[in-house]
Amino acid sequence: MPKFMLLQKYEGGEGCSEPMSNWPPQDIKAHIDFQVALNQELRHHGEFVDAQGLSAPELARIVTVDAGGAPVVTDGPFLESKEFLAGYRMIDVETPERAIAIAAQASAAPGPGGVPIRQPIEVREVMGAPAIEL
Amino acid sequence: MSQGRGVEELLRELAPQVLGVLVRRYGDFDTAEDAVQEALLVASTRWSQDGLPESPRGWLIQVAVHKLTDQRRSEQARRRREQLTLAQEVSGAEVPDRDDTLAVLFMCAHPALTPASAIALTLRAVGGLSTAEIAGAFLVPEATMAQRISRAKQRIESSGMPFQLPEREHWPERLRSVLHVLYLIFNEGYTSSAGPDLHRAELAGEAIRLTRAVHELLPHDGEVAGLLALMLLTEARRAARTGPDGALIPLAEQDRARWDRRLIAEGERLLTGAFAAGAVGEYQLQAAIAALHDGARRTADTDWPQILALYELLERISANPMVTLNRAIATAMVHGPERGLALLEALDEPLGEHHRLDAVRAHLLEMAGDPCAAAKHYRAAAKRTRSIPEQHYLTTQAARLGVSVG
Repeated sequence: MPKFMLLQKYEGGEGCSEPMSNWPPQDIKAHIDFQVALNQELRHHGEFVDAQGLSAPELARIVTVDAGGAPVVTDGPFLESKEFLAGYRMIDVETPERAIAIAAQASAAPGPGGVPIRQPIEVREVMGAPAIEL
Repeated sequence: MSQGRGVEELLRELAPQVLGVLVRRYGDFDTAEDAVQEALLVASTRWSQDGLPESPRGWLIQVAVHKLTDQRRSEQARRRREQLTLAQEVSGAEVPDRDDTLAVLFMCAHPALTPASAIALTLRAVGGLSTAEIAGAFLVPEATMAQRISRAKQRIESSGMPFQLPEREHWPERLRSVLHVLYLIFNEGYTSSAGPDLHRAELAGEAIRLTRAVHELLPHDGEVAGLLALMLLTEARRAARTGPDGALIPLAEQDRARWDRRLIAEGERLLTGAFAAGAVGEYQLQAAIAALHDGARRTADTDWPQILALYELLERISANPMVTLNRAIATAMVHGPERGLALLEALDEPLGEHHRLDAVRAHLLEMAGDPCAAAKHYRAAAKRTRSIPEQHYLTTQAARLGVSVG
């Protein structure tokens, strides 16, 4: 079975571009409940591998190495924080179509007033296929 | 042989037999399967410490029946203790039917199951592997694998299919599903050989063990023998197909001294027996092709005309684009790359998205003396593969040609 990463950034979607910190508390709760329930459903189907949220872009550091081999660290705040990864789900499913269906479900997570955010979900297959004898 | 290893092997051989006895008696595949797993766990510790009981099979049956009784009792305590006599119904000495293992296999390759669930269930119920081991092999959490197995069992349960060997008219089709599941397990394992994939490599060994068991039960079935031969003849090349760094080494460049002659000889023997028995099937033909590769001491000695003839036969009995793709390679080796490339044109439609079409086209274009076009297709193949070692290989091929073109 192929594994897929479903990646979510900080950008909003058609339904809502407002940061979560500006939502009414009950809507934040509904959103979190939705995510927990989705993971629970994936577990129940035997498709769940992992799901994690990442700490805020404010805590991100960009690291490169200088010519001498020493790390060069850039701290935030970053201008393009919406481009940062917010979290991911890894799923193990029978078909690519199933991965798309789950991604669509994730994109329908509710925002303020329960309106689906319709956030873009990036679906990437994990390179785990058996190699064919060449 | 260490005591521990002997115990594990014995347990896994007995697992489907014991399960067969329980399901035949109580009809509840799901609960019986859980009970057998529990009994295996108890036996694993107990036997390693105290040595084998007089009748390991009887011992296991008895413990499994107790587990099943416990389970049912706790379920039914609320109603009434109507199953009190359950434990006495099966004596430990009961001899399992030879067909039980087969019936369990057929059950696990149930038509209502998806391949992934059939694989997981087969490894557990027939292979006697624990859920944790199967989860490790497929790199998913144990809870996820447990859920997958439990859903598979529920599906079987709700299908209402009785626990028995299929009717005569359904036999070929059902056996085909069983063999397909075993083939998929082998493929999962065969093609992974390094680092975190080591667990998966063990799947190939497990697939061989299970297919061997099926062959012992059905020694006259040519396709069972064919599949076992195919696995052995393929497995024989394992050590040569990856470099020390995990890089893929294509067949033509493998160090043939590292091929396992013992496995090759066994595969060839099986194949000869299968062909002698008559009716030729898909697995036998694939095994025959593998045998021709394995039989060539040097790449240059490969009997391509014979391989081409076998692919033509294979295409006649099971036409699919992948077979045509392989026939194109054989055609190129016999009649020249242009003839092979011409065959590939018909595959653009069915295999257009598949990296293997690009990889083969690249290879044949290189043979035809067109390194630029070859490099382009190697790069396209590298972008489409879903395997990291393959991607490295294809990218390196493209780069190699790029350099030589200048």
